[in-house]
Amino acid sequence: MKIYVMEQSGVEHTLEGVEGWRLMSVIRDSGLPIKAECGGACSCATCHVYVADEWLWRLFPASSEEIDQLDGAFEVQGNSRLSCQIILNEEMDGLRVTLAPGTEA
Amino acid sequence: MSNQTHTTDAIIIGAGPVGLFAVFELGLLDIKAHLVDILDRPGGQCTELYPEKPIYDIPALPVISGQQLTEQLMTQIKPFNPVFHFGQMASSLEKTTSGWRVTTDAGTVIEAKIVVIASGGGSFTPKKPPIKSIGDYEEKSVFYAVRKKEAFKDKHLVIAGGGDSALDWAISLHPIARSLTLLHRRDEFRAAPHSVAQMRQLVEAGKIKLVIGNLTDLRGADGQIEAVILSTAEVACNTLLAFYGLTMKPGPVAGFGIDMKNGLIPVNTENFETNISGIFAVGDINWYPGKLKLILSGFHEAALMAQKAFRYVHPERKWRFEYTTSSTSLQEKLGVRD
Repeated sequence: MKIYVMEQSGVEHTLEGVEGWRLMSVIRDSGLPIKAECGGACSCATCHVYVADEWLWRLFPASSEEIDQLDGAFEVQGNSRLSCQIILNEEMDGLRVTLAPGTEA
Repeated sequence: MSNQTHTTDAIIIGAGPVGLFAVFELGLLDIKAHLVDILDRPGGQCTELYPEKPIYDIPALPVISGQQLTEQLMTQIKPFNPVFHFGQMASSLEKTTSGWRVTTDAGTVIEAKIVVIASGGGSFTPKKPPIKSIGDYEEKSVFYAVRKKEAFKDKHLVIAGGGDSALDWAISLHPIARSLTLLHRRDEFRAAPHSVAQMRQLVEAGKIKLVIGNLTDLRGADGQIEAVILSTAEVACNTLLAFYGLTMKPGPVAGFGIDMKNGLIPVNTENFETNISGIFAVGDINWYPGKLKLILSGFHEAALMAQKAFRYVHPERKWRFEYTTSSTSLQEKLGVRD
């Protein structure tokens, strides 16, 4: 499965997604600059991404914990998610996200 | 600034779980320790990032929270009376004739035979909004902490954030500020319910202005802000206090003159010593082939580190390997012997 991740600069990367993995782990392990400092515990908001509109409704909705945690992120929008809370499955082949400001490693 | 010099056996930089357990392993070998940490309490990431989150891979503890793990470690090391220097950053390291001297940014000076770097992912510092010009205003009209309330007297103050720090300071500073605007991205607050209720009352009474929006830019000149700019509006002000939580930044360790590789300190896995004799590195800050950033790895590293530390601190004494289960001398140190 392919995941498309755009940096703030506009450069897009095609990553190989793994079913069952956190989107954050796929981005981090690819070497892209994502801080993801708590390692996936929904505790730091430094893996903030913007999800492409056409994908937003196809994801499992954010938990109240994730929404609270987004208070520690910057420039939060309606399509903001924490990538550690998006667990990949085959239906997400082609998922498109942009790394948000303030998450640079 | 306190200029008192403390003298001890070991200086541990970082009071996270691995720094705390290092106190235990050193203590069993009669090595006293002082710890320095930028946070105001022990536990490091465990208490700062995930105090309530369960940890499942501490041996023999099927589940424990970051807060509980820290409390248990504090209980475990109590017999060794470690001295903590909280709210301070170890800013310099120098060689002395008999060992090492660490000076903190608060002016505390500690001298010891050995130094243990257990600084994990770095120093916790406030998250800064990703606004290019923000550095021009910091410590002049943009702040991330309140050191003296008086500094905010008669200011047109904007407080950004929705957690306890933002609400507590909004409630505390509104009587002395000329005006106070609370800025948050949504009309919901994760702060303590009683603070939220109090804030709502103050907004109702017109004492605090509540603005919902995202901080996107600043307007001002020569270090003095004139307004904070939101996606949809701007708020005139002359002071901004931003509370978006903490993040880890590489600390001053990189300037200590120790060999580093990609921000980590390579160590000898026999004793977790760095390239400099008498300086050790344990936990997430070190690197060696096969390294895993796990708390349990850090515990193991601390145990091996202490054996080598003993040779520096007590060179005249013969090293003996003992078990706490059977050694009367270890049990006396732990205060568990009748």
